[in-house]
Amino acid sequence: MNRLWRLLLIFSVVGALLACLGRPAYAQGALEADSSPYLVKVSAGFTGTDFLVFGAKEGPGDVIVVIRGPNIDFSVRRKQRVFGIWANTDKVSFGDVPSFYAVASSRQPLDDLLPAAERSQQGIGLDRLALATVKDEREEDIDAFRAALVRLKQEAGLFGQGVGRVEFRGSRLFRTTVHLPSNVPTGKYLAEVLVVHEGDIIKRQVHLEVDKSGVGAFVFQSAHDYAPAYGLAAIAGALLLGWIAHLVFRKL
Amino acid sequence: MQIYLPIAEISQNFLLLLGIGGAVGFLSGMFGVGGGFLLTPILIFIGVPPPVAVATQANQVVGSSVSGVLAHWSKDNVDFKMGFVLVAGGFIGSTVGVLVSSILNRVGQLDLVIQLAYVILLTTIGAMMLVESLRTFLRMRRRAGAPRKLHQHIWIHGLPLKMRFRRSRLYISAILPLGLGFAIGVLSAIMGIGGAFLMVPAMIYLLGMPTRIVVGTSLFQTIFVTANVTFLQAVQNQTVDVVLAFLLLIGGVIGAQVGGRVGGKIPAEQLRVLLAVLVLLLGVRLSYDLVATPVDLYSVVPTASGR
Repeated sequence: MNRLWRLLLIFSVVGALLACLGRPAYAQGALEADSSPYLVKVSAGFTGTDFLVFGAKEGPGDVIVVIRGPNIDFSVRRKQRVFGIWANTDKVSFGDVPSFYAVASSRQPLDDLLPAAERSQQGIGLDRLALATVKDEREEDIDAFRAALVRLKQEAGLFGQGVGRVEFRGSRLFRTTVHLPSNVPTGKYLAEVLVVHEGDIIKRQVHLEVDKSGVGAFVFQSAHDYAPAYGLAAIAGALLLGWIAHLVFRKL
Repeated sequence: MQIYLPIAEISQNFLLLLGIGGAVGFLSGMFGVGGGFLLTPILIFIGVPPPVAVATQANQVVGSSVSGVLAHWSKDNVDFKMGFVLVAGGFIGSTVGVLVSSILNRVGQLDLVIQLAYVILLTTIGAMMLVESLRTFLRMRRRAGAPRKLHQHIWIHGLPLKMRFRRSRLYISAILPLGLGFAIGVLSAIMGIGGAFLMVPAMIYLLGMPTRIVVGTSLFQTIFVTANVTFLQAVQNQTVDVVLAFLLLIGGVIGAQVGGRVGGKIPAEQLRVLLAVLVLLLGVRLSYDLVATPVDLYSVVPTASGR
């Protein structure tokens, strides 16, 4: 995956260079994009943040921005009444689901810009996002589970509700704001910026990163990477606090 | 003031967490109950995922038991030999318990089992406490009956592997405390509790230990068992949230001291009834959640990062 990104990055840089080298202003490939900030820090007091994807294009065309968080496998479970009690009975696992997903466009609906087949291939729009099951666990009502996955991710604020707005400043500059909620998954994010003109697509990719920082990041990292040491430290800390409490209150 | 709990992965009010620890600590100091069985349901209620609530609670109990044991130790009220035998059983039991909860977590039934265990526990304990406290509340002081035998001799006292426990003035089969430690260990791992409310009566009525050293010895075994649970949960499931545990602990030890002092001064019969009602209500509330149609039939959990 990484290698592919790097390759695409090289291609886009080469494309941008070619665009600068005396090609006509309306030429395809004349698209630049970036994000701000490119590093989002989730610290102890983090309550969510906005970030900006912006850029400039030459020539006509509409702009679509797709933002994806790192891919994760998800299990969707469904409850059923068993002996009067609600218990998880059915499970469907979906593989390589973006942990965060949002789309913005300068023209809506997206169907006016791109044919459905193209959108499915590129994964543009929640309704065209490929959500494949890990195994063919069950045949019937997979769609119900798929819909539940999208709905629950939307409720958690991790899948965008609908399509956001890309605004133009003049005819060349464009920008869109994306909100990251407080429970945003950490990892490497990818923003894809597409200029669509009469079915032709020019694409740029912007990489950004969401990382836990400060005490929270340290605790989380240690708990996962040094689990035995973390466990011992947790016990030692509790013993120490208990002992201090004994000393303090014996005097009172 | 919000604080981000890195393992529970939620933001919660810092003062609320201290307050919860303090309130439960106050009740435990006042009534001499451990309080774990109150704390875990409250944590689940404020949005901590049940597996994290249970594992974190075990970590918190390690600390609160230490200050308790130190107080009893200074009065020489701990039978260490009995304690170590209980700990041996408890180690095996809690290891089994953590493995069981790990398996349950994988098949998606851990939340349900934790909830069920709490429903059974809270309603039983609550009902028992209510009956007991109402009885003492209503009954005028009655003269104590004829002096009881030290303990009844039943079949369990015929078991092999007899051991002498000098401090407890007992000569009983080691299988008994081993088995008791095992059972409490399993519960401790699955529910995150110390288990004193089961351990103490069992030590008095089943083992026949003198009441004076029961609480200290029970707390002594609790430290080791909950420490084992903390370690195993941290290694197996990464569900111990130290930030949450330490906040609860700080609130808890302060609350317990205040509760202990207040509890010593006022007649607690009425308050005991109140606590019983509180416990019962919590149990009923959790049972309702089990049978009521959930808001959402579906739930999503991340299973693996598929880079």
